[in-house]
Amino acid sequence: MSWQETYEPVIGLEVHVELKTQSKMFCGCVNNPFHAKKPNIYTCPVCLGMPGGLPVPNKKAIEWTVMIGLATNCKTNTFSKFDRKHYFYPDLAKGYQISQYDLPFCYEGSVNTSFGKVRLNRIHLEEDTGKLLHTTIKGKKVSLVDFNRSGVPLVEIVTEPDIKNGAQAKEYGKKLRQLLRFLNVADCDMEQGGMRLEANISLRKKSEKNLPKYKVEVKNINSFRFLEQAINFELDRQAKLLDKGEQPKQETRGWDSIKNQTVAHRGKEEAADYRYFPDPDIPPIHLTRKFIQNIQDALPELPETIGQRWQKEYSLHPKQVAILLEFDESKELAWLDQVFAQLSKHSLPVSQFVNDFINKKLKLPSKNSVAQTIQAFKNLHQAETIDTRELATVIKQVLDENQDAVKKYQAGEQPVFGFFMGQVMRRLGKKVDPQAIRQALQAALEA
Amino acid sequence: MSKSSLNTLTLTQTIEGLKQKTFSLQELYGAINQAIEQNNQKLNAYLTLDDKALAKAEKTTHLPLMGVPIAVKDNFCTKDFRTTAASKVLDQFVPQFDSTVAKKLKEAGGVIIGKTNLDAWAHGSSTETSGYGRTLNPRNPNYLPGGSSGGSAAAIAADMTIAAVGSETAGSIRQPAAWCGVVGLKPTYGRVSRYGVAAMASSTDSPGPITKTVEDAALLLNFLAGHDPNDATSSPQQAPDFTAVLNKSIKGLKIGVIYQDIPGLEMVNEKLSEQLQVFKELGAQLETTKALDPRYAIGVYTVVQRAEVSSNLARYDGIRYGHDRSYFGPEAKRRQMLGTYTLSKGYAEKYYDLAQKVRTLFLEDNNQLFKKYDVLISATSPGFAKKIGATEGAAMFGELEDMLLEPSSLTGQPGISVPYYRDPKTHLFLGMNIVAPMWQEQRVIQVADAFEKNTQWNTWRNPL
Repeated sequence: MSWQETYEPVIGLEVHVELKTQSKMFCGCVNNPFHAKKPNIYTCPVCLGMPGGLPVPNKKAIEWTVMIGLATNCKTNTFSKFDRKHYFYPDLAKGYQISQYDLPFCYEGSVNTSFGKVRLNRIHLEEDTGKLLHTTIKGKKVSLVDFNRSGVPLVEIVTEPDIKNGAQAKEYGKKLRQLLRFLNVADCDMEQGGMRLEANISLRKKSEKNLPKYKVEVKNINSFRFLEQAINFELDRQAKLLDKGEQPKQETRGWDSIKNQTVAHRGKEEAADYRYFPDPDIPPIHLTRKFIQNIQDALPELPETIGQRWQKEYSLHPKQVAILLEFDESKELAWLDQVFAQLSKHSLPVSQFVNDFINKKLKLPSKNSVAQTIQAFKNLHQAETIDTRELATVIKQVLDENQDAVKKYQAGEQPVFGFFMGQVMRRLGKKVDPQAIRQALQAALEA
Repeated sequence: MSKSSLNTLTLTQTIEGLKQKTFSLQELYGAINQAIEQNNQKLNAYLTLDDKALAKAEKTTHLPLMGVPIAVKDNFCTKDFRTTAASKVLDQFVPQFDSTVAKKLKEAGGVIIGKTNLDAWAHGSSTETSGYGRTLNPRNPNYLPGGSSGGSAAAIAADMTIAAVGSETAGSIRQPAAWCGVVGLKPTYGRVSRYGVAAMASSTDSPGPITKTVEDAALLLNFLAGHDPNDATSSPQQAPDFTAVLNKSIKGLKIGVIYQDIPGLEMVNEKLSEQLQVFKELGAQLETTKALDPRYAIGVYTVVQRAEVSSNLARYDGIRYGHDRSYFGPEAKRRQMLGTYTLSKGYAEKYYDLAQKVRTLFLEDNNQLFKKYDVLISATSPGFAKKIGATEGAAMFGELEDMLLEPSSLTGQPGISVPYYRDPKTHLFLGMNIVAPMWQEQRVIQVADAFEKNTQWNTWRNPL
């Protein structure tokens, strides 16, 4: 008996995403930590936490956070604030991180997945930390700090515990990444840490309605595949413990992608006390209705809506749409949208185009030119359009050479038709629309 | 006036003298340096002096402050110039940037002649908790100068500078000004940028002038005030010309006088009531009134300030700046412990959140009073300067000495301390605290200026 019959997974995700604003969250420093030529070049008294350095919030980052919220059906707090979250770590310049505690910019949203809706608890804005590099210099083990990343705007998106399995978590994550890239607010480079995933995983008895008494946090997951694997591994691990009558330990674990298992992190067992309090350096933030409305008005048609429209207008299959939506840059989708409209206008088959496009059969001269794209599509299919006289000649040859088979067919032996088809196609020596051959062949046989 | 006493000039007089070429910058710096040489070793007002000050001054004579020497409290970052906040943790710290105040002073042609002593991290009201030894009161070196801007107030009282800058979290400008018999102006919170000032309690820190006269305080504030894009709490509103209200009649102005009925305040209340006659003579309407008991402010301030301190000092984690956390003095350690406790899970609501609510009550109380009065007057401090060593074993020394100033610090309202009495035996002074609504520095300047010009308290010079 598998555990699925006894238990129900309770999974929530926390996703951190670095916004790609020009400047950092609370100072004017360049926000480009992954492409900096040297460590600590994009720094100033503020992001280095020097005495007297003061944070001034980045308006664009707030705007983008609200935009992400609106794109995920969140409500917006018109009164919000930043709070200080205290802990000591060498990459945390001030001894506290500026984050948001009880009044995040966005709350109560949702993202749809094929497994069902995933509700969002909140989206808040904070600052990233610096980065530690553990290395050896002249035979001495050292830890170096690079503050280029210190103060980069970081959005945290927290779900409700609505996720039911690893595949759903993966789909949710991918969808989120697609949306953020589409909105052009984040690159979501997972390897560099531009998008970081954490899963809170537990199991409860199927009849149970309350949240389980424990949760296991799996941190530092840097791919969607690992996320799925980590969740599935954890669910099996926890189920085995529960079957033995043990409650899994509330702890933080990591994903070991070599051993394909989660491993317990060393260290703290107790819940950290971050001593949150409102950052006295930053006055509370009032977002006007107009500010929010302007962001709402500027919001482009979102990928999900575009996909639904394509299914409806061009009779595309949901699977085709799903693949297309992986091209998650907004200009890519806008370009496809224009191509579809033109194809449709000229009564060309959009579905055929999509298949050609997905299977990379089209020779696209320039991605941005709609006209050239359509021409490429036409060329592909024109090249395959058979000359009817050539087809008639080939069919005649095949039938003449296989008179016995013709007789069998005329005697009612239907499968022989396939034999003719194959012969004709081989002799033509190229891929031709089978429908055209079929019609011509049938006509010849019945003549 | 003899060239050797040019150091006793006020800021206004100095600028005028330089303009009229009555004396030269060299002569001015000669007199100042002489005073410093004579007295600083004993008084310990300056922690670090700039030996290139005169050379810098000579390059700024075309600017409004014309190279005038200005003493700056050592918690303001000064580019390429050691800044310690009087804590050994920052013993070797040389900032790569100027605080906005330092930058503005330099841009106006002021020269930072030296950095003055303070209670380490500005934690205190005595300058006795400095990591570099206590400062003495120039009026009487057996006594403390007050604090935390005790070095700046002492430098002014001993004429070791022309003007000075301090910072106040709750009393740190006005109280040392009162104890040293000089003028201290705490502007409205947000009037002067906090950028580059080692933070004490971020929600009340207010840089401001410490000067020989009210006129000087108004003039210096003109150069310090204004919006700073580097400080999100600095007000975007344009600062007025604070000198515009000097010599202006206070006829018809409504003054509410607060004699807090607290044991120990009898003497200062009595002396204050003796002095207020002058306001009546000038045509102001005087009325005794009541304000919320400032002892509540002690509780509120202690909780809020300790919480912010514990957070603000977290950055000195021993990884940078050379010295680790063992270099914190006992006062800083105590404050961090208490602040950490009050912000801890389960306690934040009981202490921090509650304190913030009571803080709002103080604001409401003051706002009610300001519906009736243009300014409120009380004593600055419960008594004269305390003797050296008075802070030993007195963990709440500062809070008690500053109780009359804490309400207006918590509310962010501007206040000035101006001398109103001198004890003929000890030569120690008492200061009068004048408070106005937010952004109304002009009112406190107008009233203090009228008082100063119609009394003799600030003409008395040191017998050093």
